[in-house]
Amino acid sequence: MSHWPIAPILVPFFAALLALPLNLRGQRIVSLAATVLLALVAALLLARAHGGAEVYELGNWPAPFGIVLVADRLAALMVAVGALVALACVWHAARGWDERGRDFHALFQFQLAGINGAFLTGDLFNLFVFFELLLIASYCLLQHGGGGTRRIAGVHYVVLNLVGSVLFLVAVALIYGALGTLNLADIAQRLAHAGEAQMPAVHAAALLLLVVFALKAAVLPLFFWLPATYGAAAPPVAALFVALSKVGVYAILRVHGSALGTDVALAATLTAWLMPAALATVLAGALGALVAATLRELAGYLAIGSSGLLLTAVALGGAEGYLAAQFYLPGSVIALAALFLLADGVAACRGEAGDSIARASPVRAHVFVAWLFFVLAIAAAGLPPLTGFMGKALLLKAAAVAPSAAWVFAIVLVGSLLTLIALARAGIAVFWHVSDAPAAAPQPWRLAHPPAALLAGALLVLALFAGPVADYAARSAAALAGGAEVASR
Amino acid sequence: MEILLASAIGILFAAGVYLVLRARTFPVALGLTFLSYGVNLMLFVAGGARLEAPPIVAGAAPMTDPLPQALVLTAIVISFGMTAFLLALAVRAHADRGDDHVDGTERAP
Repeated sequence: MSHWPIAPILVPFFAALLALPLNLRGQRIVSLAATVLLALVAALLLARAHGGAEVYELGNWPAPFGIVLVADRLAALMVAVGALVALACVWHAARGWDERGRDFHALFQFQLAGINGAFLTGDLFNLFVFFELLLIASYCLLQHGGGGTRRIAGVHYVVLNLVGSVLFLVAVALIYGALGTLNLADIAQRLAHAGEAQMPAVHAAALLLLVVFALKAAVLPLFFWLPATYGAAAPPVAALFVALSKVGVYAILRVHGSALGTDVALAATLTAWLMPAALATVLAGALGALVAATLRELAGYLAIGSSGLLLTAVALGGAEGYLAAQFYLPGSVIALAALFLLADGVAACRGEAGDSIARASPVRAHVFVAWLFFVLAIAAAGLPPLTGFMGKALLLKAAAVAPSAAWVFAIVLVGSLLTLIALARAGIAVFWHVSDAPAAAPQPWRLAHPPAALLAGALLVLALFAGPVADYAARSAAALAGGAEVASR
Repeated sequence: MEILLASAIGILFAAGVYLVLRARTFPVALGLTFLSYGVNLMLFVAGGARLEAPPIVAGAAPMTDPLPQALVLTAIVISFGMTAFLLALAVRAHADRGDDHVDGTERAP
């Protein structure tokens, strides 16, 4: 048993502890070094997971009695995408945002530990614990930089998530009471032999968990907190929160897709709830993007829409649905996180107007910003040649045989068109349709090109190596769907 | 025994839900505390309610399931920390805005 699967949790955790007593300069060095290290570890894990899933038994206690970490292809992919986004966020924060409050880097690393833990865990209660770890860090990060709006947005966010945690624990109690286990693989096995008497409790628990994860993933009708929260957060924090919202999607895929979804009746119930909610979220995200007043609000609504698309793919299920979800996810998360960072860079060049989508002084001094926006808009809207297009094509291919095909085709295509219009409108208003007022002197520390360019470069690499990425996602999807089939026999 | 525990959980949840829906931050925090008490009790019962049995596997002797107790302990610590954070945040929001309404200010009807 190798110790690599636990490294993505331990690296940020110890970096956070190490950063706490240091001054800002030391914190920056520790945080950047730890995030680079995390990215390397994630790359290694990705390579190892491609060879086969690794199960790490904490304290060497055999499963299902001990807690396990599972580093399969999907978990490794999520950790790698999270590490890349985190690297850009830390980089951008280290240019000046971290001076606005105390212990930014320590909190950021704690948050990374929580996110990676949630991706890697193979145990339902452990998932709850890592959720709480990432949430408490996100509560504090949301307050970073202070201000009354941030505090009220913070109160709402905390209360909502605490209620979510309560529902999570109720579901955990129901599942433990009915099945006598919390290990996800074990849940799938025991579900196959569960008697009629236990099923109502499991159904209730599964739907409660769906509510909890849908709240995290910002699915209609539980997304109203997201634009306010992301709009109030400091830009590097908001960019990381894009990855955070995908933890909810991941949890639905993991818990409902490959553990609870192995029961045929339960899977049908879940799909009946998830599919309409996911499609409505796609539409709501696109409509919100159309009326967004600022670039960050636009990116927030695009994040909602991308959660909706991913959950549509998860609800379709099977190897093809999971393939679409896993192929679409990296590009989408990276593009939206970069868009949040870039919005800050645009705001830095426009003085009073900030990142509002309105006529203002030109961003002329920084043509590179406009080019970056162009690339990111193509990625976010899902146009060729970037991977968003392929992801959507795979999604539609998976939907072609499903009974809900007409709805999926109509809503995904209309949603894509609206997203494209929203992004084009934003680009025209910010970069072309400018006033004659002289360009404001940019605040250099907020200029986000290098980190955003890093992410845009990653998008291009992803598009160039779409073949290997698709192969990786296909194998992972086959394993996830195959596991579901084996357990249902 | 079961009816007592079940009704206690129900009452705690009802009180919690009512308080969470109030308009001031303090009742909301109190409501979340009630909800977490209710859920802790529920986790505790999840392993089966059994009286006067040790939480140890000792041969064929009757025993209670020790795992829910460990889960409850973790859940108590987490909800305690979260409630403390929420209270600190609510006090700061009150100090900033001069109002303890959950939306920051009271809206005119």
